[in-house]
Amino acid sequence: MTIAAMIAVLFLGGLAAWALDKMRPGAGRWVSLASLLFAGALLAHLWGLSRDGSANTAQAWWQSIELSWIPRFGISFFLAVDGLGFLMLALTLLTGLFGLVVTWREISFRQGFFYFNYLWTLAGVVGVFTALDLFLFFFFWEVMLIPMLLLIAVWGYEARTFAAIKFFIFTQASSLLMLIAVVGLVYTHYSNSGQVTFNYLDLLQVQLSPTTGWWLMLGFFIAFAVKLPAVPLHTWLPDAHTQAPTAGSVLLAAILLKTGAYGLLRFTLPLFPEASAQFAPVAMAIGALSVVYGAVLAFAQRDMKRLVAYSSVSHMGFVLLGIYALNTIAIQGAVMQMVAHGLSTAALFAIVGCLQQRLHTRDMEQMGGLWTEVPRLSAIALFFAVASLGLPGLGNFVAEFMVLVGSFGVDHWTTAVAALGLVGAALYALVMMQRAFFGESRRSVSADEQERVIDLHVRETLALLVLAVSLVFLGLRPQPLFDIAAPSVQRSLPLNNAAARAPAAMESGRAATVARRPETIRKGDTP
Amino acid sequence: MNDIIGLIPLLPLLGFLVLALAPLFGNRELPEKVVAAIGVSTVGIAALLSFALMFSVFSGDWQASLQVPAWSWIRVGDLSLDFGFHVDGLTQVMLLVVTGVGFLIHLYSAGYMRGDAGYRRYFAYLNLFVCAMLLLVMADNLVLLYLGWEGVGLCSYLLIGFWYRNPGNGAAARKAFIVTRVGDTAMALGLFLLFREFATLDIGALNRAAGASTDIGIVTLAALLLLGGAVGKSAQLPLQTWLPDAMAGPTPVSALIHAATMVTAGVYLIARLHPLFSVSDTAMLAVGWVGALTLLSAGLSALVQTDIKRILAYSTISQIGYMFLALGVGAWSGAIFHLMTHAFFKALLFLAAGSVILSLHHEQDVTAMGGLRKKIPLTFACFAIGSACLAALPLTSGFYSKDQILLQAWETFQGFNLLWLAGIVGALVTGVYSFRLLFLVFFGREGKASQHCRDANSPVMSIPLVTLSLLALSGGLLAPPLQGVFPARDGSHAPLVVEGIAIAMPLLGLLTAWLMFSKGRNLLRPFNPLERFLFSGWGFDWLYDRILVRPLVWLANINSGDIVDSVYRGSAEASRRLHLLASQTQNGQVRWYLGSLAAGSILLLAILVVL
Repeated sequence: MTIAAMIAVLFLGGLAAWALDKMRPGAGRWVSLASLLFAGALLAHLWGLSRDGSANTAQAWWQSIELSWIPRFGISFFLAVDGLGFLMLALTLLTGLFGLVVTWREISFRQGFFYFNYLWTLAGVVGVFTALDLFLFFFFWEVMLIPMLLLIAVWGYEARTFAAIKFFIFTQASSLLMLIAVVGLVYTHYSNSGQVTFNYLDLLQVQLSPTTGWWLMLGFFIAFAVKLPAVPLHTWLPDAHTQAPTAGSVLLAAILLKTGAYGLLRFTLPLFPEASAQFAPVAMAIGALSVVYGAVLAFAQRDMKRLVAYSSVSHMGFVLLGIYALNTIAIQGAVMQMVAHGLSTAALFAIVGCLQQRLHTRDMEQMGGLWTEVPRLSAIALFFAVASLGLPGLGNFVAEFMVLVGSFGVDHWTTAVAALGLVGAALYALVMMQRAFFGESRRSVSADEQERVIDLHVRETLALLVLAVSLVFLGLRPQPLFDIAAPSVQRSLPLNNAAARAPAAMESGRAATVARRPETIRKGDTP
Repeated sequence: MNDIIGLIPLLPLLGFLVLALAPLFGNRELPEKVVAAIGVSTVGIAALLSFALMFSVFSGDWQASLQVPAWSWIRVGDLSLDFGFHVDGLTQVMLLVVTGVGFLIHLYSAGYMRGDAGYRRYFAYLNLFVCAMLLLVMADNLVLLYLGWEGVGLCSYLLIGFWYRNPGNGAAARKAFIVTRVGDTAMALGLFLLFREFATLDIGALNRAAGASTDIGIVTLAALLLLGGAVGKSAQLPLQTWLPDAMAGPTPVSALIHAATMVTAGVYLIARLHPLFSVSDTAMLAVGWVGALTLLSAGLSALVQTDIKRILAYSTISQIGYMFLALGVGAWSGAIFHLMTHAFFKALLFLAAGSVILSLHHEQDVTAMGGLRKKIPLTFACFAIGSACLAALPLTSGFYSKDQILLQAWETFQGFNLLWLAGIVGALVTGVYSFRLLFLVFFGREGKASQHCRDANSPVMSIPLVTLSLLALSGGLLAPPLQGVFPARDGSHAPLVVEGIAIAMPLLGLLTAWLMFSKGRNLLRPFNPLERFLFSGWGFDWLYDRILVRPLVWLANINSGDIVDSVYRGSAEASRRLHLLASQTQNGQVRWYLGSLAAGSILLLAILVVL
């Protein structure tokens, strides 16, 4: 129930924010804050449930809810949370709150509608991270995109329409591929067993011929790779990230990209273990390519926000590399990277946002020497820049190190190429620091712009410090995160699945869409 | 005792946190006295604790070793890493050097940096550096060592670019970080390889496993990758180019980070992993040759430099070359001994150089100096002691440690060999450039900057100078007893004449320098091409600029618009064109519609007929 309540809180909160803001301008953000805090409390409750023994750790899903929705097609409202889902939800709500707080006064028009879209995006994301029915998953996948599109198109910067359309076409084309793959998968299951079902746990048991498995896997992979994004499907990202309002960029970078990685871990690997294993070398190569290519592009940017956007391409390349190394160490590293990159990039986008608000430009050629004027902002930017370049002691290092250690045993040449990204990251992160914060000021100051640039407010500082402390914690004590993610990671490993599949496939004759009690332990998911 | 060990790196970390977070709790800048008190005392107490550790554990038994686990860091699959400290004789020596010399330089900085707008920032960075360096030498696994390794790199970057308004300083800082990062990436690959082969990154376990390994090829490869990290951090060929530029930082930083401690991390790494390196003859030879070539090339470059700090920087590269040479011939304790004495006398030289620079109002060009020995006598005395140690005149600390290295080089190959010869020639070169520097600055006619000389030594600066002078003089007696850590040397001894040559070379160097530089300054004439070549550091910067930096920047810049996107932009453009083309047919003219209807019908009928 808790999961459904979380989604409901965010959906209703969005409606309330819109409605109340009409009556009383400025109320929208308070409603949003309250909804997010409430959702956070629900998540904390979920955490408590998983700890107090009522749901022990051997159980695959901490909590689940399954309600019949369209029985004729075997579609149900089936949500569940496990360790991976929990981490993603925590990241979602934390960065969601962060984005809200750090841009508290930034939205100047149609505030109610803004917060409506903001919360609906988050609701869609929460749905994506919890849905275990493939139709429902697709539904939430679309729900998170439309409000995001509006966030870019309405509140974005100068080229917002172009960016929004590009974002829309890329994601719609890829969702279409995914929809085809989902239907193909369901159809295969239907031809095997005579039952129509979109239930993830039932579809896990499908026996696929190698060719079918390959093509369906590819459909899922491309859909998720666009979202991730992986080179060469990444070109929507720099435009969308750069043009989105700060809060939108935070959502995009911190959370929406993670849905791609989550999809690979939750769906592509477990549903198509053989095809994935076969495809792994290609995917790892794409990952390494993204790492290097993203870094080189980031290095060449003048627009600070584009630089951060391309650095995301580079960092998410590590996630792809780690996932397809198909071993525990690398995948745990990829999960850590999802969280750490979410936090560090959210912070960097917020910093660019703060700069843009103060200087009215994102062009680093017009900054320079900011350390003297805004030492606090600069010092915090330095912290997140070095987090981004993978300084040991912070979460990003743990993530990248584990990805590389894990993949090196699988394919050392690809890993060596990806390791070049460590040098590349140093290049672009330090060039950013130099151009924006060090050196002499290059701002063209006109007569009416003589007033000093204001340093970070207490609100902004605290919000950024929370993320900084989280990154330090992840860097020094990453073990709790690994422990939470461990069962999910094990289940996504194809070898485990291939082994577990043979006996489990015998008993695939059960009814697919009977509404079940929540908290049920399903047969298919105990490893 | 274990609690004390944990405190040693924790104190500087606390100092950093207090200094870095101070602005959050008030808008007023902390007074300099408070900043200095925090910054200096944390390192000072850490130094006291290091001494306490030595007296309570190691003074009786240098073979002791302590294992101090703090908390488990990463346990996933086979990967099991702890935040844990390992302290043995080698670590103890490094602890004393880092905290001891570190404390003296902090104290000196309190005077040197007085009045700088970034006073608090300076001490915050410096404390963070000490913390990271301590983690580096105390780590019991390679990943924690790597944490310290990158941490000191970051602090080095921040302190080189400390005066950030000058873009040149920023460029030097970036160069230092990125060049060392290239080495660090090689080192990271070495770590991955070691983990793949031995399923552990614990230093002790790795040393045991590598010693027992039968696959020499893999161990060699891993050792060479680690050597890549070491040459980056220790500014050895071919990654030495960053260190001369690193002199852009404040001079005490050059003393602490770019002479005494951080740059010797590569030496520490190889010494720490000596069982692994000694498995592979190839790797050992590579280490030795890197050292030999570096010590000669940097020494020759030092001969022609004109910036007082760059002379010292090249001499640092050259001296670390000696340490690598020592490691390569298996003179492990000789390398660490030289590391220690070098830390004393090079820190002394840099601090004395700092006093000179400050006394001359930030003049660094030696051709503008001269005749300073009467004007700043204390600095002169300290500088002379430092130069004597650097040149390894008999009875100074540098003599004892360098002598050990040269003898061992002779003995390892049982007679004459090229590594030894490089060391001997290097000793002559060292003698010449050390005394050239001394004579140019303190003897001869006064240069144009010397006229405005004002002794800048305040007590907080004099005390470290005098202390380091004493250490540099007496360091030869403090040879760390590391027999328990390193394998014992066999008893053969070099002939007396070899010893004689080693003693003669520095004296010969002194004589040469006296003849060439003590009276007039023959520096004002333009350089000949060879001198220009040496001055530029053997053209490495030029070469890297042409084959790496420019192509990369060029490639990145022409692709800044992302060529991949042109595919998508192209398809968008193509569909827009198609759309325009198709929409032209819908022009509202009935005869056009009728015409196309008729044409279409005829076409269809024709197809039907043909088929």
